[in-house]
Amino acid sequence: MSYIAPRVARHALRIGSRRFAPRAISNCNGRRSYVSETKPSSATVNIEAAIKADQKAFLSETGKRPQDATMSTTGMNAETMMSPSAGILKQATILDGGSRPIYLDMQATTPMDPRVLDSMLPFMTSLYGNPHSRTHAYGWETEKAVEDARAHIASLIGADPKEIIFTSGATESNNMSIKGVTRFFKRSGSKKNHIITSQIEHKCVLESCRHLQDEGFQVTYLPVQNNGLIDMAQLEAAIRPETAIVSIMTVNNEIGVIQPIDEIGKLCRSKKVFFHTDAAQAVGKIPMDVNKSNIDLMSISGHKIYGPKGIGACYVRRRPRVRLDPIISGGGQERGLRSGTLAPPLAVGMGEAARICKEEMEYDSKRITTLSNRLVEGLLALEHTTLNGDRERHYPGCVNVSFAYVEGESLLMALKDIALSSGSACTSASLEPSYVLRALGSSDESAHSSIRFGIGRFTTEQEIDYVLKAVKDRVTFLRELSPLWELVQEGIDLNTIEWSQH
Amino acid sequence: MSLTQAGKGDMPYQVRSLYRSLLRQGHQFAAYNVREYAKRRTRDAFREHNNETDDRKIQDLMQKGLKELQMMKRQTVISQFFQLDRLVVEGGKTGKQKGGEGDIARVRETQG
Repeated sequence: MSYIAPRVARHALRIGSRRFAPRAISNCNGRRSYVSETKPSSATVNIEAAIKADQKAFLSETGKRPQDATMSTTGMNAETMMSPSAGILKQATILDGGSRPIYLDMQATTPMDPRVLDSMLPFMTSLYGNPHSRTHAYGWETEKAVEDARAHIASLIGADPKEIIFTSGATESNNMSIKGVTRFFKRSGSKKNHIITSQIEHKCVLESCRHLQDEGFQVTYLPVQNNGLIDMAQLEAAIRPETAIVSIMTVNNEIGVIQPIDEIGKLCRSKKVFFHTDAAQAVGKIPMDVNKSNIDLMSISGHKIYGPKGIGACYVRRRPRVRLDPIISGGGQERGLRSGTLAPPLAVGMGEAARICKEEMEYDSKRITTLSNRLVEGLLALEHTTLNGDRERHYPGCVNVSFAYVEGESLLMALKDIALSSGSACTSASLEPSYVLRALGSSDESAHSSIRFGIGRFTTEQEIDYVLKAVKDRVTFLRELSPLWELVQEGIDLNTIEWSQH
Repeated sequence: MSLTQAGKGDMPYQVRSLYRSLLRQGHQFAAYNVREYAKRRTRDAFREHNNETDDRKIQDLMQKGLKELQMMKRQTVISQFFQLDRLVVEGGKTGKQKGGEGDIARVRETQG
């Protein structure tokens, strides 16, 4: 008898899945169906309504309001016990008044500095001229502001203002650099058709390279060592006579390691290969100098330096000249490399953000280092936690920690009062483990259980303390639920277990 | 404080007055993080130049401070137009405490 029920269910499912197939319909004819359709509204539970109903029932049963009654089992009041997240939030920090999560995802984007907004507002209201209009004052005033902004960005990276090209963001800058250089070589009939990049680059670099692979270019994806740094000997071996460009990011967005760009730049210059670096996470946070590091092309993003979203910049060296095939053709603005009218408010905002970053770099980095040390020490004090990436060559504002025996996504759900991410924002929609951590040689489990904490200019000590307490409580809670954790506590090595399949 | 020995009429008074105005203005920011930053940055900037003796330098710094004050006056007003719910950390200090001391309140579901 016991096997009939599943068979009926399976049969019903099969019919359901072939609802539109004519054969299924003919099968259904004249037969009685045991499965009736459920209305979508009755399939979902309205949490608020359920809690209210619970509270009402409690009041009528005990004659006490839930918030006044203390439960004998846990010592918490009954109102807390009825909440769906009560278990997770047990012994958590007192949450009162506010309910907005703490922002701790500074690698995804940063809040805009009020000083930046202040500089942008005039260009969104009264100064609306087209910066490329040369015939009237409206154009001149915006052009001057845009050129000032360009100078601020240039001075932040030690470049000449003429070498800064405004784009829509670091993704466009990366695309422009990699596709531009290689396509220019191809068009001019050169033999250079090889690109070198690393496995832990941002998606936009990897996808640009993949696209060029389809166009007939050869790409080497350099592996990285366990600490996230690339091996210089491997890079030198990978450079061929036909190598056109090397693209290595300065600071990684997921693990925060700082690549040895000075050495890479020197090597590339000696081999006469162009060196592009994606410095979206580095500019304004660590000192950068394009001439000292021999960088030929560099991508900068506006919204990672407390500026507005929707703008970025690309540094394109003039001496020795780097020639690009532009992706966007048009009116020839920005040295013809990126046609299209500039957005003066955004450009001015990014310029102001760069100016502030240069002025405040010492103050900010001192503070971020202090907060980061506090966070790292607190997190690593928990058992079975590891810091991903090199400890020394590391940007302190990006802390990536693996919590063993806890699912990263479930921890993120439990930490709803803190805005965090397990990897880059672009891949946060998928549940796949981070390819960056996989490239570092982490196991699937370890990559799955990693969380990235981003600290920025506006993070406070209170927030760090709150986060430390919340993470500690909820990691412990989730581990208590986990059967694996029980095994680990008993001293069983999980790798020795032979899992049987049912 | 060596600023008091700077002479130059009522400069020390002006400096203190600017310091107070900056702190008071910074307190008006609606966003917790910016408010805290304004307080911290003002305090640290004045501490950093605590022992400044060069009149010219003091003048420059005063000018910079006044410019920041103007900016803050505009931005605090703007920030108050777009107020959001308070952050979870703010509660204990400025937010209203719901229920008794030390017990646990429920987290409201955030949108999205």
